Amino acid sequence: MGFDTAYEAITEENDASRWAYGTGFADPMAGVDTSVPAGIDGADLAAYCLMLGDDALVMSHRLQQWLARAPELEEETALANIALDLLGQARLLLSRAGAADGTGRTEDDYAFLRGEREFRNVRLAEVADADFAGLIARLLVFSTWRLALLARLARSADPVLAAVAARGVKELTYHRDYAAQWLIMLGDGTDYSRERAVAALSAVAPLVPELFERTAVEGRLVAARVAVDPAQLRDEVAAVIARVLTEATLDWPAAEGLAGVSGQSGGDGVHTEAMGFLLAELQSVARATPGATW
Amino acid sequence: MVTEPAVTELLTRAWEIAASVPDPELPALTVADLGILREITLDSGRLVVSLTPTYSGCPALHDMRREVASRLAAAGFAGAEVRAMLSPPWSTDLITADGRRKLAEAGIAPPRSVNRAGGPVPLTLFAGGPPVACPQCGSADTERTAAFGSTACKDLRRCRACGEPFEHVKEI
Repeated sequence: MGFDTAYEAITEENDASRWAYGTGFADPMAGVDTSVPAGIDGADLAAYCLMLGDDALVMSHRLQQWLARAPELEEETALANIALDLLGQARLLLSRAGAADGTGRTEDDYAFLRGEREFRNVRLAEVADADFAGLIARLLVFSTWRLALLARLARSADPVLAAVAARGVKELTYHRDYAAQWLIMLGDGTDYSRERAVAALSAVAPLVPELFERTAVEGRLVAARVAVDPAQLRDEVAAVIARVLTEATLDWPAAEGLAGVSGQSGGDGVHTEAMGFLLAELQSVARATPGATW
Repeated sequence: MVTEPAVTELLTRAWEIAASVPDPELPALTVADLGILREITLDSGRLVVSLTPTYSGCPALHDMRREVASRLAAAGFAGAEVRAMLSPPWSTDLITADGRRKLAEAGIAPPRSVNRAGGPVPLTLFAGGPPVACPQCGSADTERTAAFGSTACKDLRRCRACGEPFEHVKEI
């Protein structure tokens, strides 16, 4: 190959042929009218897009950490596809944030150059999975909640957000089915798989109440018909999960919600200990080599 | 001043060129077969081509956008702009009859109709849905082996009659 370092090999100019799709990842919003409709506060819209985009980005990263660790090749492929869908949603939403707040920040600026307190994802997205059952329980709750949310956001007063949400609904339908079918196999499977599924539900339950709490930004944007009131999602999410648990012969555990700090949690930028480690991995290359492209 | 018939002819020619671009992940099909090529218009004398992403994270869209722009430039349409059109979202119902035939010829089972009514998205608790006909032997005695495949748009199936594994474009 004739390169002194591996980094030189992948950054050699004018030769993108070794990558399936080249090395330039153009703005996913290219050509889309990203002006903010009259009557909508751009800063609030940007903050809301960051919440939705960070949920997808952080969950996608956790799924990517499963690659080369999944129990079978088919599951590996499934998790990679789900991670890719969520990463695509994150790219669109972070790009929307940069256009809406007028700063012109790019998706990469948001993903790689923000500190932990500036991330707005729910804590459910960031926690590490103890095992495959842990991932499946978390993915079931996450995709059920996000599907209910995006289905309503498809009627948002912001046309860009509405379009991104409508696209995402179709993807999340497959994610939710995948997680539901696996939880049924684990819960109604062997004694051991059932034991792991029960432990997984106990781990995920304390992270659920936060999903239905409304932040101040959401409160203002609900009034402007841009955002969805998360409390409205509670019944649909509970009904879907109850159906899955019935088939899986499992019960939802009684659990207190995980406390925040002075009433603040993920949507306010207050995260669990896991978040710092996750970001250290997600951002290390971009921070070590500022401005690098790959 | 460009006259109306001249505009129509120009747009038709541009459509034919853009429509010839293959999908890098399904090379037997073009962007027109897949319904990804949504429209071509003239905006102040400039050609504007709208492509719609299939999945939010589909890496092929970027490639297709570049290829459409480069083929149009090579045909003399300098400065044509290729835009992403996010709404309405792409659906497999947009794949043309020709596209479905080409998929089957390439050994990939085409998607069934989506045609979903309103209301909450139904949950599918048991794998696969109604059977998909085998693109090799036509038998309906097939099963799904994996919900996700080599690309975002496909799942994996197997025919019990002829024993062949095959891919199927998922309905979205």
